[in-house]
Amino acid sequence: MSEQPDLPRAARAFVSFVALLRVNGFAIAPEQTTAFLEGITLLGPRTPEDIHQAGLATLAPPPERRSVYDILFRIHFLGDERVRGAENEDEQVVWLQDEGGGDEEPPLADEANESGAMAVRAEALVERRFGQGGPNDALRRLAREAATRLPRRRGHRRMRARRGPWADLRRTLRESVRNDGEVMRLGRLKRSARPRKMLLLIDVSGSMKACSEDNLRLAHTLVHATPNIEVFTFGTRLTRVTRALRLKRREQALAAAAHLVSDWDGGTRIGDALQAFLAVPRFGGYARGAAVIILSDGLERGDLSALRDAIANLSRRAWRLSWLTPLAAGSGFVPQTEALIAIRRFVDDMVDGGSSAAVVAHVLSLRQRRAA
Amino acid sequence: MAVRGNIGGIDSPEALEKALRAAYYLADDGIATAAYLALALGKPLLLEGAPGVGKTEAAKAIAAVLGRRLIRLQCYEGIDASAALYEWNYPRQMLAIRQAGDETIDIYGETFLIERPMLAALRSPDSTVLLIDEIDRSDQEFEAFLLEFLSDFQISIPERGTVRAAERPVVVLTSNRTRDLHEALRRRCVYHWIDYPTAEREARIVMMRASSVAEATARAVVAAVGKLRREPLSKAPGIAEAVEWAEAATLLNKQGARWPDAFKRSIGVALKDEEDLAFISPRLDTLIAEAAA
Repeated sequence: MSEQPDLPRAARAFVSFVALLRVNGFAIAPEQTTAFLEGITLLGPRTPEDIHQAGLATLAPPPERRSVYDILFRIHFLGDERVRGAENEDEQVVWLQDEGGGDEEPPLADEANESGAMAVRAEALVERRFGQGGPNDALRRLAREAATRLPRRRGHRRMRARRGPWADLRRTLRESVRNDGEVMRLGRLKRSARPRKMLLLIDVSGSMKACSEDNLRLAHTLVHATPNIEVFTFGTRLTRVTRALRLKRREQALAAAAHLVSDWDGGTRIGDALQAFLAVPRFGGYARGAAVIILSDGLERGDLSALRDAIANLSRRAWRLSWLTPLAAGSGFVPQTEALIAIRRFVDDMVDGGSSAAVVAHVLSLRQRRAA
Repeated sequence: MAVRGNIGGIDSPEALEKALRAAYYLADDGIATAAYLALALGKPLLLEGAPGVGKTEAAKAIAAVLGRRLIRLQCYEGIDASAALYEWNYPRQMLAIRQAGDETIDIYGETFLIERPMLAALRSPDSTVLLIDEIDRSDQEFEAFLLEFLSDFQISIPERGTVRAAERPVVVLTSNRTRDLHEALRRRCVYHWIDYPTAEREARIVMMRASSVAEATARAVVAAVGKLRREPLSKAPGIAEAVEWAEAATLLNKQGARWPDAFKRSIGVALKDEEDLAFISPRLDTLIAEAAA
């Protein structure tokens, strides 16, 4: 942003504050800057708090980034040095500790790992780097066929149609005026179809290591194929990665998502993660009436009853709940693990999730299926 | 656009806060400032927050302070111009055409026009407050349509021409944030995120709303509700639930129930989800005892 030469001296600090916010990823329009300046003038300003409040009201920082806004405000106007270089928390992360807040790490469980290296309860917080993924036929198929084969639902908006349950009075009257008030044909309305909400929950724990990278690529393709989708990853924590995946270039989006997720290849506490998901009303609402797809092997080391309750709850909210597990590769799959047996009756489809091709095939078959 | 520092005798956030208090709405600094700026800058006020923090109440209080009629437009999926703006009375038009015979009539006259909330607000901007409630329930088509309305405050009716507001109407939008609103919509508005009030303020709200409730009861209820909100519940109790809980417990107490028991027996008005109740019930006794202490 270029500095305007005729800007009054007093206004410069405010305009440069807006520039600082923009550098830190806040989207602020010029009209908001104007409103900010007008607001400050209106309020006096008598105290720094007036400027703070005017900024909150007119620059509209999203609530989850409010703390970043506050830090930047203190740095800029109050010259607070202590907070300089603070981490900005871009995505909403639900920590799974009891009180749902704070920075402290969860205690490591001193528990032997009974089922091989499969499901470890202890947390290992790591960052993952992705390689360049080669072209993938399954993802290309998904992108190509998404428009015609992803699940849909009947919308509430009425559109004109050849046949339909309602009369289109507006069109009928307009046509009849041309014929001196004689109705020749009754226009019709029907409810239009629109893309159904989708919710993707991806297990990124150690036992899913082989698939989690592919699954995230698939999520990226899906995010760009349908407007109403939310993607979360879970292992020992729950992380919303939808916004990162909205970036158009795949490698860039995956890198952004990988940066957000801190529990790659760690232990598994599916039940707790899903409980945390349901406990945030905003997140829980994403599941309502949605095609919910869980990509996980279901090797749970946490509390089984927590998992069962969470899945039962999800299945009540969802339009259809699919559980895709690599263990179900091959025909005649019968769930063996305790967790999968416990949740079997709540899950509508328990199918193969071992390869991208299998996941894509299931996702694209959803339109043919009914609500359950 | 004219900036008005003084709207109906209100010339500062503090003055607005005082006026809101007289209208039985206890506002904190944040919301008073945001509402004042919205009125003064002539911009719509967008209030976001969890269900039950008093977003709609705020709009009602603002209307009361300004002495204006509140026109409420409840959003839902599929809401369109004919429900939000205006609609022609088609059966009447049809009858009029039939009855007119050889005479010419204007079937797009005022008598055939059905005013909907947005047109009504536009036509009398100085005596109304338009509340567009739960905008997150509407679909993206309606949001885009709203964008046009909120930037120009005009509506074009093809058959009659453009209706323009004589002055900028006062518009309040609310959202539960079940989905992210379009950035462009947020940009056009003065924004405020309403959080749950502090315990002190909530206790005063409870006492103001429910006059029969004693101060000790209000404080105990607010403390208990505060604890409940920190639990991972699917539906956390809002302010309205706190008020009802205090009222219900007071009522039971008057009928002879002892104190901690009165709270416990009326928990149903605060927690309305069976699973939440099951989750909290083992610890309910200690939770209430701590809150009442």
